[in-house]
Amino acid sequence: MIDISNISKTFNLGTVNENTAIRDISLNVRKGDFITIVGSNGAGKTTLLNLITGSILPSTGTIKILGKDVTRSPEYKRAAYIGRIFQNPTLGTSGKLSLEDNMNICSKKGFKGLKISLNAKQRDLFKKELVALEMGLEDRLKDNVGLLSGGQRQALTLLMTVLSRPALLLLDEHTAALDPRNAEIVLGLTQRFIDDYKLTSMMITHNMKHAIEFGNRLLMMDRGEIILDVSGDEKRTLTVEKLVNKFHEIRQTEYVTDEALLTL
Amino acid sequence: MIEGILVDGLIFAVMAMGVFITFRVLNFPDLTVDGSFATGAAVATMCITNGLGIFPGLLLAFASGAAAGAVTAIIHNRLKVPNLLAGILTMTMLYSINIRILGGRANVALLRVDTIISNVIKLGGSIPREWTLLIFMILFTGTIKVLLDVFFHTDLGVTLGAMGDNEQMVISQGVNPKTMKVLGVGLSNGLVALSGAMLAQYQGFADANLGIGMVVQGLAAVMLGEFLFRSNKIGMLTVQVILGAILYKALMFLGRYYGYYINLTPSDLKLLTGILVIISLSIAKTRNTVGSKKWGIK
Repeated sequence: MIDISNISKTFNLGTVNENTAIRDISLNVRKGDFITIVGSNGAGKTTLLNLITGSILPSTGTIKILGKDVTRSPEYKRAAYIGRIFQNPTLGTSGKLSLEDNMNICSKKGFKGLKISLNAKQRDLFKKELVALEMGLEDRLKDNVGLLSGGQRQALTLLMTVLSRPALLLLDEHTAALDPRNAEIVLGLTQRFIDDYKLTSMMITHNMKHAIEFGNRLLMMDRGEIILDVSGDEKRTLTVEKLVNKFHEIRQTEYVTDEALLTL
Repeated sequence: MIEGILVDGLIFAVMAMGVFITFRVLNFPDLTVDGSFATGAAVATMCITNGLGIFPGLLLAFASGAAAGAVTAIIHNRLKVPNLLAGILTMTMLYSINIRILGGRANVALLRVDTIISNVIKLGGSIPREWTLLIFMILFTGTIKVLLDVFFHTDLGVTLGAMGDNEQMVISQGVNPKTMKVLGVGLSNGLVALSGAMLAQYQGFADANLGIGMVVQGLAAVMLGEFLFRSNKIGMLTVQVILGAILYKALMFLGRYYGYYINLTPSDLKLLTGILVIISLSIAKTRNTVGSKKWGIK
């Protein structure tokens, strides 16, 4: 479904600050995959997602989505296939607009015309969808989103993102800015939406337990490379200990700091 | 007297709604306004004096303003220059263009020709001139307000509303933010030019310097309106802008009328406007800091 071949990304090419964030990565995301991505800070996880969404363009290599070469196409065009949720809950919604207006914008992708599509039927639909969040938001359609808490806002973002049934759902540490209770709720919702709508998704997480518990495939990244790609039975029987050992095996390092970076 | 202020304020309110769209909705501080206001006045005046008609004149005025706004947005989009600089560039270029439109003169009078204003007065018959105009301007500005409210309820309008607050969200929804900026800044300057076209007919002439200081005046009106009440409904926000515009004109009238006791001249009004904006900004700032302490947010 997503074909990434030999992409690299070097920032500030030819200067003293030259920095290769992604080194010759090839990855094939199959339809229905739920991939979790772990790796220390600076491993290139977010850069990889940025390359897929098109918010940055690769130095070399090609990216295909649903068989179409999108390597050079701008972010807003690719957005037709991709739903992305950021770590910062305020990036997915507009705090200045009401809940119903926010949901209205997200219910259909692409250029908006001079149609008023927000009507009673649409509102009922939104209410029904909001009930699934179990946060009482269905009674607050007219409230500005800026009044919601971080957890509510991120849950709403998640709901709004899956509303348009994207071909690929990208989650960039989307629970990291939330308190543990809200993080659990949002993660639970994530799993449910992915199951219900059979979404293909990629989730970056700093939590190794989550990386093992969720999804059918796990990628480990380090210094701009994918150093581990496990799926199937191997993924199911994975433990945190095994994962850490694998990391040392592959990198043949025994730094204490590595364990600190790969938070348990 | 009061009718005069209201008419003045209602003409001015159309311009202020344009400024509201860029500064408040789009978060795109646009200085094109200083040029496009005079462009609207010039285009309408030339259309009328050359016998093209009043309504074609108003339409062309709107279109030329919209084109000027689109140019600003395109400069900003293509050359990646800050929106302020893009606006200043267009505004400066418009000064020359406006004099071209006026046939090489800085000032063209609308004498002995029918304008929308003179037609309306004729239509009013025995009703006093200023009252006829007031009724007409309430209808005119009211219609624009309602059209704008409807526009901001459409999918396109709502997305434009999200633009100023969260560009990333708009991109994520598959909408090109550049197109949105061209549309938004274009619409804003179309309204500004329309307001200029009305003012030229009201005062009976178009002047290449008509737009100087317009942005700040519009901003003053928007900010005054925001002090009146709070709302998140677009229908109420446009009411705020209109009331703010009238209030601003009333304050300026007081400044002109009673100012001479403290030795103020009409040329001091721009200074007063600037001070008014600064006071509004500082009040808004203190309000925000007080509010945030109360609610515990940054």
